[in-house]
Amino acid sequence: MADMREPIESGCPDPWQYMHPMMRKNFGQWKYHEHPRPGVLLHVAYSGDKIWTVKAGTQRILDVFTLRKLCDIGDQYAEGYVHFTLRSNIEYMVTDEAKVQPLIDALEDAGFVVGGTQNTVAMISHTQGWLHCDIPGTDASGVVKSMMDELIDEFRNATMPNRVHITTSCCQINCGGQGDIAINIQHTKPPKINHDLVANVCERPSVVARCPVAAIRPAMVNGKPSLEVDERKCICCGACFPPCPPMQINDAEHSKLAIWVGGNHSNARGKPTFQKLVAAGIPNNPPRWPEATAIVKRILKAYKEGARDWERVNEWIERIGWPRFFEEVELPFTKYHIDTWRGARASFNSSSYIRF
Amino acid sequence: MAIEKHSTPMLDQLETGPWPSFISGIKRLRDEHPEPRINAMTNDLLGQLEHSYETRKGYWKGGTVSVYGYGGGIIPRFSEVGKAFPSSKEFHTLRVQPPAGNHYSTSMLRQLADSWEKWGSGLVTFHGQTGNIMFIGTDTKNTQHFFDEINEYGWDLGGAGPCVRTAMSCVGAARCEMSCTNELKAHRALVNNFVDDVHRPALPYKFKFKVSGCANDCQNAIERSDFAVLGTWRDDMKVDQAEVKNYIADKGRQYYIDNVITRCPTQALSLTDDNTLVVNNRDCVRCMHCLNVMPKALHPGDDKGVTILIGGKRTLKIGDLMGTVVVPFKKLETEEDYESMVELAETIIDFWAENGLEHERCGEMIERIGLANFLDGIGIEPDPNMLDHPRQSSYVRLDGWDEAAEAWFERQAEAGK
Repeated sequence: MADMREPIESGCPDPWQYMHPMMRKNFGQWKYHEHPRPGVLLHVAYSGDKIWTVKAGTQRILDVFTLRKLCDIGDQYAEGYVHFTLRSNIEYMVTDEAKVQPLIDALEDAGFVVGGTQNTVAMISHTQGWLHCDIPGTDASGVVKSMMDELIDEFRNATMPNRVHITTSCCQINCGGQGDIAINIQHTKPPKINHDLVANVCERPSVVARCPVAAIRPAMVNGKPSLEVDERKCICCGACFPPCPPMQINDAEHSKLAIWVGGNHSNARGKPTFQKLVAAGIPNNPPRWPEATAIVKRILKAYKEGARDWERVNEWIERIGWPRFFEEVELPFTKYHIDTWRGARASFNSSSYIRF
Repeated sequence: MAIEKHSTPMLDQLETGPWPSFISGIKRLRDEHPEPRINAMTNDLLGQLEHSYETRKGYWKGGTVSVYGYGGGIIPRFSEVGKAFPSSKEFHTLRVQPPAGNHYSTSMLRQLADSWEKWGSGLVTFHGQTGNIMFIGTDTKNTQHFFDEINEYGWDLGGAGPCVRTAMSCVGAARCEMSCTNELKAHRALVNNFVDDVHRPALPYKFKFKVSGCANDCQNAIERSDFAVLGTWRDDMKVDQAEVKNYIADKGRQYYIDNVITRCPTQALSLTDDNTLVVNNRDCVRCMHCLNVMPKALHPGDDKGVTILIGGKRTLKIGDLMGTVVVPFKKLETEEDYESMVELAETIIDFWAENGLEHERCGEMIERIGLANFLDGIGIEPDPNMLDHPRQSSYVRLDGWDEAAEAWFERQAEAGK
C-alpha cells in the first residue's frame, strides 16, 4: 500500500480554462441568436461580438483516431475550442463568418454530419447496450446507428414543425430518457431463474424489495434457498435482474422493443410531459432493427405533415387526439394502452370530448 | 504478431450507411493502432459484441473495482465469455466528471486521448447519460494507472452506485441569451460540495443535480434529477417593441398571433392594432415560448434567480416522477446565495439519507411520506407554488388548521405582504 497514490478530490473541473475566449468575454452578455442554416447558430452579444457555432453528429462512441480527427478539424478550421451537447453532438465555435463554410466542408468531408439544430430530428440519445452494459436487452448503439442512417436527412435539414428528440434504452432503467419518440426494450416474459446460483449471488431480501408489484418471494427450490416469482403478478420489468443476475430477464425471442411518444422536457407552452406507449411487440432484430425504424419513420412523417409550427409531438397529439394519431400512424390500439399503474385514472377521458 | 481477427458479419452491416459508424471506429483501433494491446483488446471486444448480436444477449457482469481511496466511479465489467475473448475479459469504464457545461479545448482532448490510449482501449464517449466522460474499456490494473495520470492534471472520477452523481449544466450564460443564472457556478458549487458523497457511495440510492439556465430545460433537469435548478426571473420580461415590429414585418401579423399570442399557456400576451406586444407579467409563468420565437425582441427581466425542484426520476421502482417545486424563487448572486443553496442540498440529502429506504430515490421517499412531511423535515414552509392545485380528497385530519392558518399570516406579515 505504501506506493499507492492518494487521489486529489478535485471534483468537477472549472470550465473557464477550456471555454472559447469569446464566450468568456461575453459570459452572461448574449443578446440574441439566429439560425443562418441548419447546423449553424449565430449568437450576438450586447457588445456586438458575434460567435458562430457549427454542430455535428458523430458516432458518439469515439475511437482515439476519431477524437483526434475532431481535434484536427477544430485546430485547422475552427479556433481550438469545442462544446459537447446533451445529445453528444460536437460544437465548434468560430468568430469569423468566413470560417463557417470551410469548417462545415471539413466536417462533412471527414464523414461527420452537420445539423441537429432547431427543427431537426436531433441525435438519438442512448447509452451502450451490449457493448458495455451488464443488463441490456439490446444494443442501443446499433439501433441508433441504424436509425440515424435513415433519419440523416432530418438531422441535416431543419424541416420538422419543432425539434424532435429521440431516445433509445436497453432496459426499463431507461437511461436514454424521455423523448418525443422513445424506443425501449420491453420484456414480455418473467425472469428465468438459475436456482443453483441465487443463494450465493443475490442478497435475497433486497431483491424482494426491488419488485414494484411484490411478485418475488423467498423459497426453497431443490433444497436450496432461492427466490420464486409469482408469474401471474410479474410485469416483466426486469428490476430484479441487476441485483440478482441469476434472474435472467433478457430473452432472445421475448425481449421486444416498444415505442413511446410525447415525452417533452421543456416547459415552453406547457408543463413537461412523460412519454406514452404507442407500439409494442416489435422484434429486437439486430443488426439493423428495420421494424422499429419503419414505425419511427411513420410517426415522423405524420408529425411532419400534421403538426403546426412549434408543436412538439405531444402537443400535436393533444390537438388532433389519440384516435387520429393511431389512425395516421397505422398502429393498433389495444387494451395494453390503458394504463394500470398508480395514477392511471388521471389518464382516462372523463368528459364528453370526442373528436369526429 | 498479427492477431487472428474475429469474423463479424453482423457488425459489418453497421458499417454501411451514411451515419458515422462506431463499429468502423473500433475496427480502426483493431487494425491501425500501433499498440498491440489495443489491437487485441478491441478484436476480442468485437468478437464478444458479434456474439451478442448473434444470440441477442449481453455478456458483461459487474463486480467490484475501484481506485485507491475511492469506493465508486468505475463501472466494472467482467466478461462471462472471457475464455473465448480473453483480451477484453476485463473491460471497465471510468466515469470522469466533465467541466461544467461540457467545454473543452482541443489540446486538453488530445491530452486525454494520449493518456487513454496508454492505459485503455482507446474508446471514449462525450458523454454518458448521467453526464460523465466515459472512458470505455480497461483492466483493473490500468484503471488505477489511468486515473492516477489524469487526476494529476485536473480530472476526477464521477459517481457510480448509491451516491451523489456527476452533475450536468447547460451551455448557459457562456453562449445563450436565455440564461437566467450562472449555471456553471451553481453546478460546481453543488456537486463539489459533495465530493466525499460522490466518491464513497453510502446513500440510499443515486442523487443527481442538474442545472438549466431557463425553463426550456435543455438538461432535462425536472425529469431526470433529484435536485433540479432552473433559471427564471420575477420582474417584467423585457420587450423591444421595435424588434417586435420587425418580426411582424418579416413574417406577418397572423404568424405571430398564431404562434406567439395564442400559444401562451396563461394567455398573458396580446397584440394591439398597432403591433405593440402587451405582456401581463403577473400572469406570465416564464415558460420561454415567446422568447424562443422572438429572441431579438423578448428577453428575461433583470431580477433573475432560480426555481428548485426536488425528486425527478425515471420508472423504477414506483413509476416516473417529475421534480416538485420546493423553492419557487431564489436569488443566486452573492456567495451567501450559493452557500444557502448548497445548505439546502445538504439538508435534503441528510434527511433522505436518514429516512430513505434502501434503493429509494428522494422523489420516491417524498411520495411515500408525503410532500408536507418532507417539507416539515427539511424546514421549508408550504407554498401554493408547489402544487398544481390544493387537495381534492377530504380524507384528512384538520385539527391543526387554526395554528397553520395563523402561521401563514405571520409569515406573510414578516415577508411584508
